[in-house]
Amino acid sequence: MVSTEKAAIDRQSGAVLDVEAVRRDFPALAQKIHGRPLAYLDSAASAQKPEAVIAAQGRCYREYYSNVHRGVHTLSQRSTEAYERARARVARFLGAASEREIVFVRGATEGINLVAQTWGRSQVSAGDEVLITEMEHHSNIVPWQMLCEERGARLRVAPIDDQGQVIPEEFQRRLGERTRIAAFTHVSNALGTINPVREMTAAAQAAGAVVLVDGAQAAPHFQLDVQELGCDFYVFSSHKAYGPTGVGALYGRLALLEKMPPYQGGGEMIRSVTFEKTEYAPPPARFEAGTPDIAGAIGLAAALDYIDGHDRRAIQRHEEDLLRYGTEALSRLPGLRLIGTAAHKAAVLSFVVDGVHAHDVGTILDLEGIAVRVGHHCAQPVMRHFRVPATVRASLALYNRRDEIDRLVAGVRKVREVFA
Amino acid sequence: MSDLLALYQEVILDHNKRPRNFGELATADHRAEGNNPLCGDQLTVELTLDAGRIVDVKFRGQGCAISTASASLMTEAIKGKKLDEADALFEGFHEMLTGDPSVPAEAAPGLGKLVVFAGVREFPIRVKCATLPWHTLRAALRGSGDAVTTE
Repeated sequence: MVSTEKAAIDRQSGAVLDVEAVRRDFPALAQKIHGRPLAYLDSAASAQKPEAVIAAQGRCYREYYSNVHRGVHTLSQRSTEAYERARARVARFLGAASEREIVFVRGATEGINLVAQTWGRSQVSAGDEVLITEMEHHSNIVPWQMLCEERGARLRVAPIDDQGQVIPEEFQRRLGERTRIAAFTHVSNALGTINPVREMTAAAQAAGAVVLVDGAQAAPHFQLDVQELGCDFYVFSSHKAYGPTGVGALYGRLALLEKMPPYQGGGEMIRSVTFEKTEYAPPPARFEAGTPDIAGAIGLAAALDYIDGHDRRAIQRHEEDLLRYGTEALSRLPGLRLIGTAAHKAAVLSFVVDGVHAHDVGTILDLEGIAVRVGHHCAQPVMRHFRVPATVRASLALYNRRDEIDRLVAGVRKVREVFA
Repeated sequence: MSDLLALYQEVILDHNKRPRNFGELATADHRAEGNNPLCGDQLTVELTLDAGRIVDVKFRGQGCAISTASASLMTEAIKGKKLDEADALFEGFHEMLTGDPSVPAEAAPGLGKLVVFAGVREFPIRVKCATLPWHTLRAALRGSGDAVTTE
C-alpha cells in the first residue's frame, strides 16, 4: 500500500516526504498511551516538537544564554545575535520585506490583541466597522468585540455556508466606507476551510480597510508569502508550527507599524525616558516591552528551519493525501457526519457521531492511544452554525500516517459498538 | 478494553440512552441551570420540596454519557430523600470520584447504584461531567438562581 502510494506521488513530480524519517525526528511520537502506540491526531491544537527544536533551546540555555539588547558582554551579544537572527528567519518564512516588520509576541492571540489595542484604538472611531467571519476562533472575535465596545464601533460578521465556506458575496456586502479593518483566518481551526485570502484581502482593501490574517493554522502547512497575499497584518503561533510554546510572531507592514502607538510600556521599547516624557523606540522594539522569550524565539527559528528542511510541496502533498484518505474512510462510516466539507481544506477532520457526545468519543479513542481534540475548539459560533454542541477533531500533520487514520476509523467503530 | 468497561458500565450506558426523570417539572419550586463550557454540557434541574423532603425532581438538557447518566441516577437516588440525606449522598459521591486514582474506589455505604461511577476517578478530566448534575442540584436547593459551571 505504502509503496504504491509513494510511486503515485513520484509520478506527479518531485520529492516524496519520508514520513518514517520525519517520525524519528519527533521523540514524543514513539511512546505508548494506555498500552497502544500513540496516534497523535491533535496537531491543530498544538504540534509535537522535533529534536532539532528541543536541542536548539537547550543549546541556548547551556551555551550562550543571557538577556538581549542590553549588555556589552559576550553572552549578551551572542544571545542578541541569535534572537535577531530568529527574527530574520521569521521574516524570510513569511516573505516579509524586512525583519523590522516582525514583532515577537506570545502567540497568534497576542498578535491580534496587539493590533486591536494599538492600531485599533488609534484608528477606529465611533460608527466605524470591523468585519470578521463566522468561522473565526474566539481569539479573532473577542479582541475586536472589546475594541468595538470601547470605541463605539460595530462588529460585522460575514456568514459561512453549510460546507463551512465564507460566502464571497456576503463578505463583499459587509464591506463599506466605514469598514476600518477586516480580520479573518487563513485556515479554520474547527473546519479546516482554506479561505481565499488574496481575494478577500483585495476586496477589503478596495473598500479602504486594512486586513489582518490569522495564520495560526496555515503557517505549519503552507508556503507563505505575505507580500503576495497582500495583507497588512499576519499572525501565527510557534507551538502549532512544531516550535516551542509561549512565542509567536506578528507581521505588520512597516508603514503601519511605524504609525502605531506602543502596546505595553516597559524596558526594551523606549528610546529615552524621563519622568516628563518617554520617547518610544521604532518598531519592532516599540512593541516588545520587557525581556522577551529569547529561547522561545530561537526555538521557533529552529522549527522553521526544520519545516523548510523538507520539500514544502512534498509536505503539502502528504497532508493532502491524508486528508483525502481520511475523508473517504470517515465518510463510509454509518452514523458519522463530517463538519466542514469545503472544497479547499487543510488536513482537519471534524465530525460528530450520531447519539454519542464528542467527549465520550474522545475518551474511548484515548484508551486506544489516539489523541484527538473534542469540544467547541474555541469556535462556538461555528458549533452554533452546524447546530452541534461539540465535535471530534482529528488534525493531521507531516508526521501522520494512513494507518493512524485506519486506527481512528476502527476507534469510531468501537464507539458505535459501545453506544449501540 | 477493561478501562473502557470500567468507565462505561452497563448501567451508565442504559441511563444515557433512556434517562429517567427527564423533562419539565410543572410543580417545581426550585430550579437551577448548570453548564460546562469546556464540553458544552448543559442541564436544568427542577425540584419540588415538601417539608424538607424532595418529593419530585426532573432534569433536562444535553451532555455526554457520563453527565446524562449521572443526572438520571441522581434523580433516582434523591427522590424522596430529606435535604440533608441528599447532601450526604453528594459528599459520598464526590469522595468516591475525587480520591487517589491509583487506589481503587471503596464504595461509601449508602451510595447504592451510584457506585457505577467509581471508575470515573481514573479519568480525572471526566470527574466534572459526573459532578455537574450534583452541583446544579445544590444550586437549585440553595436557590441562588445563578447558573453553576464546572469550569
